[in-house]
Amino acid sequence: MTMVRQASAAATAARTAAQPMLDVERVRTDFPLLMQHRDGKPLVYLDNAATTQKPQVVVDSVKQYYEGYNANIHRGVYKLSQQATDAYEAARVKLQRFVNAAQPHEIIFLRGVTEAVNLVAHSFGRTSLVAGDEVVISAMEHHSNIVPWQIVCEATRARLRIVPMTDEGELELDEFEGLISAKTKLVALVHVSNSLGTINPVKEMVAIAHGHNVPVLVDGAQATPHMAVDVQDLDCDFYALSGHKMFGPTGIGILYGKAELLNAMPPYQGGGEMIRSVCFDKTTYAPLPAKFEAGTPNIAGAIGLGAAVDYLNGMSWDAIHAHEDDLLRYATESLETIPGLHVLGTAKEKASVVSFVLDGVHAHDIGTIVDKEGVAIRTGHHCTQPVMERLGVPATARASFAFYNTREEVDALVRAVHRVHEVFS
Amino acid sequence: MADLKDLYQQIVLDHNRAPRNFKKIPNASHTAEGTNPLCGDDITLYVTVEGNVIKDVGFQGKGCAISQASASLMTSTVKGKTTEEAESLFRAFHDMVAGGPDAPADDKTLGKLAALAGVKRFPARVKCANLPWHTLHAALTGSDEPASTE
Repeated sequence: MTMVRQASAAATAARTAAQPMLDVERVRTDFPLLMQHRDGKPLVYLDNAATTQKPQVVVDSVKQYYEGYNANIHRGVYKLSQQATDAYEAARVKLQRFVNAAQPHEIIFLRGVTEAVNLVAHSFGRTSLVAGDEVVISAMEHHSNIVPWQIVCEATRARLRIVPMTDEGELELDEFEGLISAKTKLVALVHVSNSLGTINPVKEMVAIAHGHNVPVLVDGAQATPHMAVDVQDLDCDFYALSGHKMFGPTGIGILYGKAELLNAMPPYQGGGEMIRSVCFDKTTYAPLPAKFEAGTPNIAGAIGLGAAVDYLNGMSWDAIHAHEDDLLRYATESLETIPGLHVLGTAKEKASVVSFVLDGVHAHDIGTIVDKEGVAIRTGHHCTQPVMERLGVPATARASFAFYNTREEVDALVRAVHRVHEVFS
Repeated sequence: MADLKDLYQQIVLDHNRAPRNFKKIPNASHTAEGTNPLCGDDITLYVTVEGNVIKDVGFQGKGCAISQASASLMTSTVKGKTTEEAESLFRAFHDMVAGGPDAPADDKTLGKLAALAGVKRFPARVKCANLPWHTLHAALTGSDEPASTE
């Protein structure tokens, strides 16, 4: 008996060493909002692909800035301004290390992925695209990585080409290579699909594009809350992330760009902060990163995002991955036991996102009914109307999990979806 | 506390399951498209007006139970009414689903449209209920722009 126990303890220890466990209950206490009850029921927040909740340390860092050292940056000679500048620039270095960029000035603070794509589309796109050129994007892009390219293509008379996807929600790589030609000036790809959860083989696709000397922009909005990102390893030319998707504040994100490319690009917006000198005859621009940060930036946001990075650095990506993978499998299996329910997006490599439809019931009705059970999920087209069109559905219900979600919350979702059948029976 | 039964009344579920007037009218005198950009719901409305009377009305499209039932209830109600009566029903309907919490529903005017009164307590769903009415208004006023709930 004793021997068995010892053997079992040793096995447990070995497992723990191989796969660090996440103490979810402890982690949850870091997030004040998760402690809430709604209509007498515990809040089950499963809309993390839309935005994530914020740990107390992020909320505190923003509060401390406003209460303790709020001042504009890069201009005051007084100590308070210097303190704010130091915190803002320290946040830049945190983000540089977070994505493993070679240099801090390759990190541009802006509002998020939407603004990052617009920056590249207008600054890089408008100056390098001419009539007949092509930009390649994929069938599973978020509208934020479609519409800016349509605007620029219309202005330059360039053309958008689309990498198709399979019924399972995987990009067709053979088709991808075939789409790249001498006309291709840029490839813009989503790292992880927000509506299906597919993790795209970005590194491989960057290598293919680079084989044709075509630079690549990666939309990392849905990747950074789930996995370590190394822009030098991916060798992508641009990488964008949004703070609020990775436990930081809204209205702040970054564009990473290789210095060589960013240096060659014209400014996107003009104003204060981004100039070296201004005369009515001629204005010269500041070097990176200021060239792309016109106006007073979201200082509190950058500091808060830095705090979110610190928070993530205190965790283990392996532990997060193991936990989220367990949630993904458990949720997929549990939901599929519900009659008439179909999971959309069954790629081999997936982040913890489960999109589903229910026969005879529109996604909005699912959303309203599960909300009454205290379960928050997203319903609709998820800003990916072409994905809905491709899969032949008007909308889906989507549960998206973060590391602070639990199997019990999956159970609550499944119970709530059963309620939909009761209401509609 | 708002109850799901207030929202999904039997008559609403019935009209969703078997929508009335779900048809295209090939020679309609008025047509309009309506979309709810937030959720992608869309509806096309066909109206045949003779004099100022709505002789026939049909709709096609896709959407949630509330928008489908609302379109079905609306088309059954306005058929045979004058365009002025339809516009006045729209106002009464709008007041019912989007009016203040204490605004009493005008049941006498609304008739079976009152089945959607529960929508008021689900603010996120008001646009679903209103979409067919906005589209009817666009069709009757001959607006070239697609109707939108935004």
